[in-house]
Amino acid sequence: MSLVFELFLEFALLSCIAFGGATALLPEMQRVVVENHHWLDDTTFTHLYAIAQAAPGPNVLVVTLIGWEVAGLAGALAATLAMCLPMSVLIYLLIDRWEGFAGRRWQKAISLGVAPLAVGLVFSGATLIARSADLGWAAWMLVALTLLANLRTRWHPLWFIAVGAALGLLGLV
Amino acid sequence: MTATDLESQSRPDLRALFLGFSAVGLSGFGGVLPFARRMLVDERQWMSAEEFNAQLGLCQFLPGPNVINLAVVVGKRYRGLAGAIAAPLGLLAGPFVIVLLLAMLYDRFGSLPLAQSMLRGVAAVGCGLLFAMAWRMGMALKDKPFFLPFTVLTVAAIAFFRWPMPLVMFAGLIVSGGIAYWRLGQK
Repeated sequence: MSLVFELFLEFALLSCIAFGGATALLPEMQRVVVENHHWLDDTTFTHLYAIAQAAPGPNVLVVTLIGWEVAGLAGALAATLAMCLPMSVLIYLLIDRWEGFAGRRWQKAISLGVAPLAVGLVFSGATLIARSADLGWAAWMLVALTLLANLRTRWHPLWFIAVGAALGLLGLV
Repeated sequence: MTATDLESQSRPDLRALFLGFSAVGLSGFGGVLPFARRMLVDERQWMSAEEFNAQLGLCQFLPGPNVINLAVVVGKRYRGLAGAIAAPLGLLAGPFVIVLLLAMLYDRFGSLPLAQSMLRGVAAVGCGLLFAMAWRMGMALKDKPFFLPFTVLTVAAIAFFRWPMPLVMFAGLIVSGGIAYWRLGQK
């Protein structure tokens, strides 16, 4: 099976469980890409996440970066398409009937039920990035300060990224 | 019909859909959904706030990138299949190119010690932003005593035991969704 096709298949499958979007999918992407297939190492995976944070656009673009590193332009296109296509097709077909589902008891139950799982997935993604970035005490301070500042202020995320990059360049974290 | 007549005044064509969503894609960092809302509801007034919320419902209900799903829905609504392709394409095209340029820089310079330490700093910040996002999502949960334990179980299963996510989501959704179904019946 060609690499690009395999990439497409893996990400198409991942997209079908991506409750909470691409961010919630980070732990499973790391499992598939790093642990199962050994397409990338842990450090590269973390770097790609960092780069995606510093770029504009939907969160799903971390997948584009992974595809690129694994199989070049074809890989980038395949991974991005795979991530977006299955649910796009489904939503295209379902949207006209959505009025009929919305507000039903089972629909509300799934929405309510999936929310705490999505929180856990995003939290897991954060611990995973922390683990593979191999943070020292100074870096953990930066994590804590970012968390607090992001919750307490309305500073643009780009400022945080810039500060992180600067502190990294200075060798402080 | 009257409804379509009313809409036709501000009905975006393919070009407008592509460009409108391009602007959204390029303006947001760490999630662009708020920018999509601003563009659709406030700036171009392609839909009312109520319509936006209603359309967003299915986008958030289904898995996958919510904002891509939203672009498909808005595109279909105004220009059918062609619109459903043009809108998400606009959303992704600009950021796609930027991200690939960054990837090329990374391939060229990523192994340099200076780049490595810079990326370590960005990763630490990115990690903090993720924790903040999880915190905010957690605070927004309804009925916390019933549902927060599922967050803890998910973290244990995914981050600690490293179980496969499809399995965890399937099992979690049955129990957590089941409890939600039961709680909804009590009210």
